[in-house]
Amino acid sequence: MALTSFPVELIRADFPILAEKIRNKPLVYLDNAASCQKPNAVIDSISHVYRHEYANIHRGVHTLSVRATDKFEAAREKVRGFINAASSKEIIFVRGATEAINLIAQTYGKANIKAGDEIVITAMEHHSNIVPWQMLCEQTGAVLKVASMNIQGELLYNEFASLLNNKTRLVAVAHMSNALGTINPVELIIAAAHAHNIPVMLDGAQAIPHLAVDVQALDCDFYVFSGHKLYGPSGIGVMYGKQALLEAMPPYQGGGDMIKTVSFEKSTYAGLPHKFEAGTPSIADVIGLGAAIDYLNEIGMANIAAYEAELLDYATQQAKQIKGLRIIGEAGDKGAILSFVLDRIHPHDIGTMLDSLGIAIRAGHHCAMPVMEFYGVPATARASFAMYNTRQEIDVLMNGIESLIDVFELS
Amino acid sequence: MFEDLRDLYQEVIFDHNRNPRNFRVIADADRKVEGFNPLCGDRLTLYLKMDGDRIVDASFQGSGCAISTASVSLMTEIIKDKTEAEAEALFKTFHEMTTGKSEDIQLEAVGKLAVLAGVREYPARVKCATLAWHTLDAALKNQQQPVSTE
Ligand SMILES: Cc1ncc(COP(=O)(O)O)c(C=O)c1O
Repeated sequence: MALTSFPVELIRADFPILAEKIRNKPLVYLDNAASCQKPNAVIDSISHVYRHEYANIHRGVHTLSVRATDKFEAAREKVRGFINAASSKEIIFVRGATEAINLIAQTYGKANIKAGDEIVITAMEHHSNIVPWQMLCEQTGAVLKVASMNIQGELLYNEFASLLNNKTRLVAVAHMSNALGTINPVELIIAAAHAHNIPVMLDGAQAIPHLAVDVQALDCDFYVFSGHKLYGPSGIGVMYGKQALLEAMPPYQGGGDMIKTVSFEKSTYAGLPHKFEAGTPSIADVIGLGAAIDYLNEIGMANIAAYEAELLDYATQQAKQIKGLRIIGEAGDKGAILSFVLDRIHPHDIGTMLDSLGIAIRAGHHCAMPVMEFYGVPATARASFAMYNTRQEIDVLMNGIESLIDVFELS
Repeated sequence: MFEDLRDLYQEVIFDHNRNPRNFRVIADADRKVEGFNPLCGDRLTLYLKMDGDRIVDASFQGSGCAISTASVSLMTEIIKDKTEAEAEALFKTFHEMTTGKSEDIQLEAVGKLAVLAGVREYPARVKCATLAWHTLDAALKNQQQPVSTE
């Protein structure tokens, strides 16, 4: 789809916050990899729930509870369709990608990974796909193996493949890196792991708003993501797992809703997906996530991906014109993230200066300290794009960067 | 273009960022403490040479943003020839100035450091300015462990 035919102005009109003024300037929101803004469809659906449909779910015979339960389960079905899972039983609602990874580590991991076993991740993981595995390794005596990347930020696939052996119990990799934008060759990764009968977990936190994801076509064993990066509410996320794996896994937390029967001698657990959903969930937020998915389906993930690819190309070309700017992460296959550093200007100064122009970017280590170490920088500045960003906004960003370079050198 | 930021990024700050003072190692330092701001990755090592309770030389190494670099650079200048008690008193005043806890700070009391008063309006940047001073505080208390702002 050509840049001009993507209805970006119509989309922008659906996001009320984009009309905000920041420090008296129009907001240019380029921190989407940290969290996306929400369309009216999501905001309204949440307030509609609380105004008309709210009660606890799976618990009451009364009308409102039935209504809330239906909406909640309808949202699960929407998530299933969005990632093309085989069954809505495979869609587990959690707080976010972080909780999903911890869940997998503490249930699947504890049950299947023992001392001397190996877990393989990559050098570009977010802390949330490092620390839960380190904790599991500490608990079990398993070993964490890290596949390296090249200076472009691309996984060294051959090295990755050589790490797989008969001690490997799980591969856990980012579908797309939040610090670099790299999209990993997940089809190859999954095929290589499956050749050794090793299950693969994909951290889809970054990929999900940018790419059409089909978990059956990918044949991944687990796929996790957060609602808030998908134009949905914060506090809600998804763990997808293949049904056979989920059925064999012990539950995560104990409590209400996850049981079939409870007595003081022994309790039996509910079936999928409820086995992993102890306690009252974030009901309105699940329904809001369903609304975000409806909204995205109307626009079409393929159209979004094509538009964002053009935005990223444009931003990359513009950035390369700026003297003293170094792009961090130049993988051949990349999502809409532009991480960069400037000669002798710290990312925090870049962040504050751009903020004074109404431009929101992220400055910091992006919860990926090992990536910063690899590039020998304490932090980067990161502009991350969403479907509502425009070329004009990229121009504003680039002008801002050029002006701040001037200020630092001339004043 | 950056009119709004004049109070934060004053000329003195750019100057110290470009040409940090006392940016060197003191090989025979009596005190050496590392300071770290894990949120932004700012990292510095502070060196002090003491004569009794008097700071006779101060220097630093490390990397950080303009605010943190200017802050530590200015600090190494101002604490030279101060006693431990005087330096602690400056730390206290500086801290009050940058966190805005006290309305009537005597800006004269902090001398050149007054250029950092602007961070008060930028809560996200206060730690950039105070990292140097927390590190100094640890050095004066003769702590060896690295200082972290978190
Ligand atoms: C690649 C990646 N994985 C995991 C996470 C964690 O997501 P959350 O904080 O929503 O749990 C993030 C969020 O920044 C991310 O970018």
